[in-house]
Amino acid sequence: MELNVLGQEESIEEGCSAGSCGSTDDQMSHLSDEIREKVHNHPCYSEEAHHYFARMHVAVAPACNIQCHYCNRKYDCSNESRPGVVSELLTPDQAVKKTMAVAANIPQMSVLGIAGPGDPLANPERTFDTFRQLSEKAPDIKLCVSTNGLALPESVDELAKHNIDHVTITINTVDPKIGAKIYPWVFWNNRRIKGEKGAKILIEQQQKGLQILADRGILVKVNSVMIPGVNDEHLAEVSKIVKAKGAFLHNVMPLIAEAEHGTFYGIMGQRGPSSKELQDLQDACAGDMNMMRHCRQCRADAVGLLGEDRGEEFTMDKIEVMDIDYNAAMEKRKVIHQAIAEELSIKQQENTEQAASFDKNYRPVLMAIATSGGGVINQHFGHAKEFLVYEASIDGARFIGHRKTDLYCGGGDTCGDGDSILDQTIRALEGCETVLCSKIGYEPWEMLEDAGIIPNGEHAMEAIEDAVMEVYKEMIAEGKLDEITSSHGEELLATA
Amino acid sequence: MSLEIVDSCVSCFACQPQCPSEAIYVGDTHLMINKKKCTECEGDFADSQCAAICPIEGAIVSGVTGLACNPPGSLTGIPPHKMEEAMQEMQAR
Repeated sequence: MELNVLGQEESIEEGCSAGSCGSTDDQMSHLSDEIREKVHNHPCYSEEAHHYFARMHVAVAPACNIQCHYCNRKYDCSNESRPGVVSELLTPDQAVKKTMAVAANIPQMSVLGIAGPGDPLANPERTFDTFRQLSEKAPDIKLCVSTNGLALPESVDELAKHNIDHVTITINTVDPKIGAKIYPWVFWNNRRIKGEKGAKILIEQQQKGLQILADRGILVKVNSVMIPGVNDEHLAEVSKIVKAKGAFLHNVMPLIAEAEHGTFYGIMGQRGPSSKELQDLQDACAGDMNMMRHCRQCRADAVGLLGEDRGEEFTMDKIEVMDIDYNAAMEKRKVIHQAIAEELSIKQQENTEQAASFDKNYRPVLMAIATSGGGVINQHFGHAKEFLVYEASIDGARFIGHRKTDLYCGGGDTCGDGDSILDQTIRALEGCETVLCSKIGYEPWEMLEDAGIIPNGEHAMEAIEDAVMEVYKEMIAEGKLDEITSSHGEELLATA
Repeated sequence: MSLEIVDSCVSCFACQPQCPSEAIYVGDTHLMINKKKCTECEGDFADSQCAAICPIEGAIVSGVTGLACNPPGSLTGIPPHKMEEAMQEMQAR
């Protein structure tokens, strides 16, 4: 499918070239002021915001109108963390209560989303009842919804009515032949329609929905699941097409497929992409589109900052006994949100000012960061469940993605299993030349060094971008970046 | 003539609003079909609506024959022998 992509050149040319902007928040630099104003405090849309603002999903939408090969509808599991998984299905009234309780206890909360565990728009009554109540009771909370798109065109009026200005559509393909390998069936006009025919209907509805939303000025983010051998070579084209239709952000996520999930892909042994494959595709798409790289593929009932899940603190039985002054909570949110916005704007100013002047061109370096949030290096190496990866270059520090890992230090009981998990962690950091953390033990220090990754605990509690650039300058001063061709990092990347 | 929902139902509620006879209700552990109301959609739709949207193989069966409307493998595309192999492998771990 060849589509003429109008206006694309202009949008890439303005500001700085895609992918290597001096600003730390380069995905935002291409956006109009109007869109930036809408997304500046949305953790899922703004790389900067996700360190500070929290979000939550309420699981009110159990029904689905399609089947995806990466999803298993027997979703009730508390130990898994991935989209479509929830522990507790809520009624709209319960969801409203939960949202109000979380927003009162986590004043950084700015966004409420409905993302499943089925498709929100296949449960219109539950979904819209929740939105209607919340837009009345917590007008400061942004509402958003994530959908497969099948029922989207018919839902746009209702979405607009409840002031929903952010919609995410999962679009994995625009080609029915590829679609048939991802979607075994759709429920359409009172029939289950299988194969290419079903996929074609879904694709048409997604594209139609995207167009209508864009025409009405509702922000659209597109999610795509990267499935090696199925749609990986096709997603750059998808990126072009959705951008041309008006999506403002594209989020390419890796397939999660394990046999124990009981999904088609899991059982059939379909692999997910490696970190390197994912990053390469994101880079390839970045020429056409604002790419999102900080997505954590969270559960349909996640609560808190991205990368953390505080859902356990807010189960319905705990909420029932909470004593909350909702008006006071809303006032408090206003103060906190204002303070975060000011901090962000000061930070942005500082970044621009300290944009380093380098004497010549040096190769970029990947660095892994252990953080528990707040945009600072504040986590012990052994306590990190994931690492943020930044690329330092003469253009500044740029967030690249995150690498998940298992805790190797789980306390006394798990001692002895430690080594293998530490090995896995080190493998997950492949391509990174240093890891910045608040502290690190002697044993992992040695193992990291042996793997060619230099541990660094000297920047504890410092802002990530500042520390990354400081370490980059140290590496230049030490002459480590003079050799452009034989760098250790590139060798590792090439073999990853 | 009626359909039945068995205990592999995951209570996703997809079927309930589709039923033209309002025969589906919430039971103790999963959704249920009122036998007296169920017509298997005859006269309303070509396909029984609950069985046409249900995502779980084997969850809806014929009240007469007990046969699954959606037999193993028909919805997920996972060949039943593959599913068995995977289950055995996981149990062996």
